[in-house]
Amino acid sequence: MSSLAGGRPAPWLILAIGNPSRGDDALGPVFIERLQRALTDLAEAGNIEFLTDFQLQVEHALDLLGRRAVLFVDAALPGVVSEVAIEAVPADAGVTPTSHALRPGAVLNIAMRINGHAPPAWQLAIEGREFALGEGLSSQAELNLGRAILMAQRWLRDRGCTGVIRNA
Amino acid sequence: METAANPNGLRRVAIDPVSRVEGHGKVTLLLDEHNRVQQARLHIVEFRGFEAFIIGRPYWEIPVMVQRLCGICPVSHHLAASKAIDIALGIDQVPRTAELMRRLMHYGQIMQSHALHFFHLCSPDLLFGFDSEVARRNIMGVAQAYPDIARQGVLLRKFGQEVIRLTAGKRIHGTGSIPGGMNRHLTPAERDELATQVPQMLDWCSAAVELVASLEAQNKSLYENFGRLNTSWMSIVGTDGAMELYDGVLRARTAEGETLLDGADAQDYHDLIEERTQSWTYLKFPYLRSLGPEAGSYRVGPLARVQNCDVIPSQRAELERQRFLAHGPVHATLSYHRARMIEMLHAMEVIGELLGDDALIGGELTAPIPGPGSPDRPARRRGVGIIEAPRGTLIHDYAIDDDDLISECNLIVSTTHNNQAMNDSVRAVARDAFDGREVSEGLLNQIEVAIRAYDPCLSCATHALGSMPMEVNLVDAGGVLQDSVVRHGDGSFERMPSANPVGVAERVNP
Repeated sequence: MSSLAGGRPAPWLILAIGNPSRGDDALGPVFIERLQRALTDLAEAGNIEFLTDFQLQVEHALDLLGRRAVLFVDAALPGVVSEVAIEAVPADAGVTPTSHALRPGAVLNIAMRINGHAPPAWQLAIEGREFALGEGLSSQAELNLGRAILMAQRWLRDRGCTGVIRNA
Repeated sequence: METAANPNGLRRVAIDPVSRVEGHGKVTLLLDEHNRVQQARLHIVEFRGFEAFIIGRPYWEIPVMVQRLCGICPVSHHLAASKAIDIALGIDQVPRTAELMRRLMHYGQIMQSHALHFFHLCSPDLLFGFDSEVARRNIMGVAQAYPDIARQGVLLRKFGQEVIRLTAGKRIHGTGSIPGGMNRHLTPAERDELATQVPQMLDWCSAAVELVASLEAQNKSLYENFGRLNTSWMSIVGTDGAMELYDGVLRARTAEGETLLDGADAQDYHDLIEERTQSWTYLKFPYLRSLGPEAGSYRVGPLARVQNCDVIPSQRAELERQRFLAHGPVHATLSYHRARMIEMLHAMEVIGELLGDDALIGGELTAPIPGPGSPDRPARRRGVGIIEAPRGTLIHDYAIDDDDLISECNLIVSTTHNNQAMNDSVRAVARDAFDGREVSEGLLNQIEVAIRAYDPCLSCATHALGSMPMEVNLVDAGGVLQDSVVRHGDGSFERMPSANPVGVAERVNP
């Protein structure tokens, strides 16, 4: 979303995080590419906005304004999740950021402080295995990515966003 | 310096990683037999491997590819690489419109990065105190206690990001700067929309300078002495000696203000700067050749730039610079924050000035690239691009072979220039704060505050879920772990089982 673009934001936001050059850290951005291809009809209708970034930052709180629901997507270190997991994310009141980057709950918290409201949000964690510079997705990450696409499809349907999935 | 005379007999305190700096860091304190801090080692996982990663890639890919070095200042890498490739190709000057667009992008980057660092990372320390409860000492705590300040920080950052998006073409992985120039103008609507926001942004930037100045005035002793170092300074300046963040000549001065070098061509940086290595870190230690490795370390970044220049060429920021330096040179590490805010104000003034130039919305965008046989094509295609990134001087150095592929690459990032200073600041703080017995949370807080002042970018880290706890280890001279404390990413604090094998973890929620 751009503050310059004006107009009403798309009701659903999918915000993926990761560095495309660092192995399975690219899961988030690649997820967006694949899901966009799968959901072309809906994307063209403007119902879903797709964003990617290296990290969640404070200004992403402004991207949450006016959304019906938000899905954060990120790679997870091995063992943090088993393959793929989706869960609702509350606005964290007492968390400590450990870098410039924020966690989804912190972004929601800031959105509440700045905007007076935060939309319901979920986090889709995709387990990665290898995070080396210059590497592509690992084979396990590819498998998990396919599962994540299907999970996101269900998430969209559950939110009332029905559309044609061409090649998930 | 950071190396003790007899490190084998020293006890070690390790902090791994440092919280709220970019990526992973680890601090090791070596103690002497009297439990005094003798040595500080900041271990940073920097972009090791990235130089090799881009060897063999076509030169036109490089300005886009290098943005993946860093999630915080990709634009600085984008532009430094573009400048270096221009020179390597034999392009002395890009068209005026292209240069203005690049400058606008760069000053947008300076402004948004400084806003992020101050409001998000440092204002919690400064507003609440270094030892305030960790659950509060973060941007959410600021948003709760000082909602106007937090809101201004978010909107300043957002404005800078919008400048970048409109000049680079995309929010991230921008493609706006290309070899020889730029590939887009601003539209009149884009230019006007940004311009209407300038007065408000300027006022908020001025307020941020005033906020830091008032915090300094409230606790002068702390601000003057915390992690204080007397070092040389280095930055680029304009050919007239004025502050210049996009392009200029190298200048270095001693702590006392004497000129060490001035007007030096960036292409000759190898003749001026040497890098040495230490066995315990991948991050190199640059120093000025003329002073040698022991005396030649220096600092870069906002505190260096504000003092290295003769004048800031924008009215409001120059007045603040004069007020800042009214009592002579400033060496206090915490003064980086005030210098950073003065620069943010300057960047905003420059943005306002640039937006008034119609060349942004029309005019030639690229210079022709000299082809084979052209008299303008260098015999050896090598170029150095130097830019003042938010954290300090950034150097990109490339050579291009006859197949248009990158054959050589050397990158010196801002955090590398400040490596020695960060080690020394940590040692200075730890000497004062370590009680000789254990790693307290207070000590940990102070070490983090000292490092954060430099805004280091530990750029290669991934940010996958589950990463980045903070760990504090206490290891005796025999290498036995005596104590271990972890602060997790969710803010909880955990004392881990120590060397005592029957130790029980104790977890305390924030």
